[in-house]
Amino acid sequence: MEGAWVALLLTLKVAGWATALNLILGVGIGFAMARLRFPGRDVLDALFTLPMVMPPTVLGYYLLVLIGSHSPLGSWLIKTFGIRLIFTWQGAVIAATVVAFPLVFKAARAAFETVDPQLEDAARTLGMREAAVFFRVSLPLAWHGILAGLLLSFARALGEFGATLMVAGSIPGRTQTLSIAVYEAVQAGQDDTANFLVAVTSIVCIAVLLSANRLVPGRVASRE
Amino acid sequence: MIWDVELHRVLVHDRSRFELDVRFASDASRLVLYGPSGAGKTQTLKMIAGIARPDGGRVAVAGRVMYDSASQLLLSPQERRLGYVFQDYALFPHLTVRQNIAFGLRQGLLNPSRAFAAVAVERWVEAFHLESVIGHYPHQLSGGQRQRTALARALVNEPAALLLDEPFAALDKGLRQRLRQELKELQEQLHIPMLLITHEDDDVKELADQVVMLEAGRVVDATLVAEVAPAT
Repeated sequence: MEGAWVALLLTLKVAGWATALNLILGVGIGFAMARLRFPGRDVLDALFTLPMVMPPTVLGYYLLVLIGSHSPLGSWLIKTFGIRLIFTWQGAVIAATVVAFPLVFKAARAAFETVDPQLEDAARTLGMREAAVFFRVSLPLAWHGILAGLLLSFARALGEFGATLMVAGSIPGRTQTLSIAVYEAVQAGQDDTANFLVAVTSIVCIAVLLSANRLVPGRVASRE
Repeated sequence: MIWDVELHRVLVHDRSRFELDVRFASDASRLVLYGPSGAGKTQTLKMIAGIARPDGGRVAVAGRVMYDSASQLLLSPQERRLGYVFQDYALFPHLTVRQNIAFGLRQGLLNPSRAFAAVAVERWVEAFHLESVIGHYPHQLSGGQRQRTALARALVNEPAALLLDEPFAALDKGLRQRLRQELKELQEQLHIPMLLITHEDDDVKELADQVVMLEAGRVVDATLVAEVAPAT
């Protein structure tokens, strides 16, 4: 059972980092896509949404090609910083981040699109710089929708399997997350371990979904 | 000259084309831009404030040039220091009346706290009788209170001039009359130049020193009100 707690902690660490990265990436790109008009915007939007519909193993393969030690980026990271991403928990973070990204991006974009641009203009006429407009008006008004997206992406990152396995493998205590541990336990016929892991995973996921539901703007409005 | 405005802009929207070509100069401290909806009044006001971008022209308010396409001068809305009251007031829904009014007084990335106190805030809260709703959020306010909050928020920054987009449109009739009077007294007290846009005759009659008539993106008439015979 001790291995289960190690897997749980590792999973929470990976999902937490992935969610933190997506907070920055998803909110930044979601805001840009909601406010900027440029040619190729629809294509870019589709590209950012792709991880949601593509098989995780395919994403994992792309990542291997992109950051593997034989790729230009991967070998540069090893030479310059001594950082090896493949078969590390950091690699698992990258896989989970990519897979869960569209959930934050989509939610953030939709949330920013509901913010009346006139409120941002009002802040400008009151002397606020663009950064202040963003942090004092746009972000607080879009926050509910963004938070719901973040929780969903956290849940998605918790359950990540395919891409993580491709990129980080299944090293117990190092890269073996809950969902991978479940697979390994079932393969090895360890039913007790599998049962326990499944129960833990289910509880965490249900808790996250319940919190996400409470934060969806529609729910808040209908409760009033 | 208090108002010296010349603006060109071609707006293309779903195959329809709208050409705005507005030019007026006036020394009236209460200038009303009057015309039917769709005449380009709001666009003009936004371009004066700097929150909409013209294709060309020149804007000078109270002797300060804010935009001049010939010399490539374009001040940002932040630099123009013009108070703007939006048609539906555009109060920040996540902030209380106090925070809304204090918004422009606090620089930086954080909003003023709910307890933010400043002389300017207290002054306008008192002047507009907002004490009883100081901690309320915009959706809890009446139409008149919203308008006063929006005015206070604009005035707290001591703007060089006040731009108002149909400030009475969202109010019922009885209230309009009273708030018009309030606004007029306020302007006389502060000597702040004011440009107001409207499609209501009553606004013109009660408030205007001079009227600029706008139709289909063009100025069709600019009259000093004293010269106008009382129409019935």
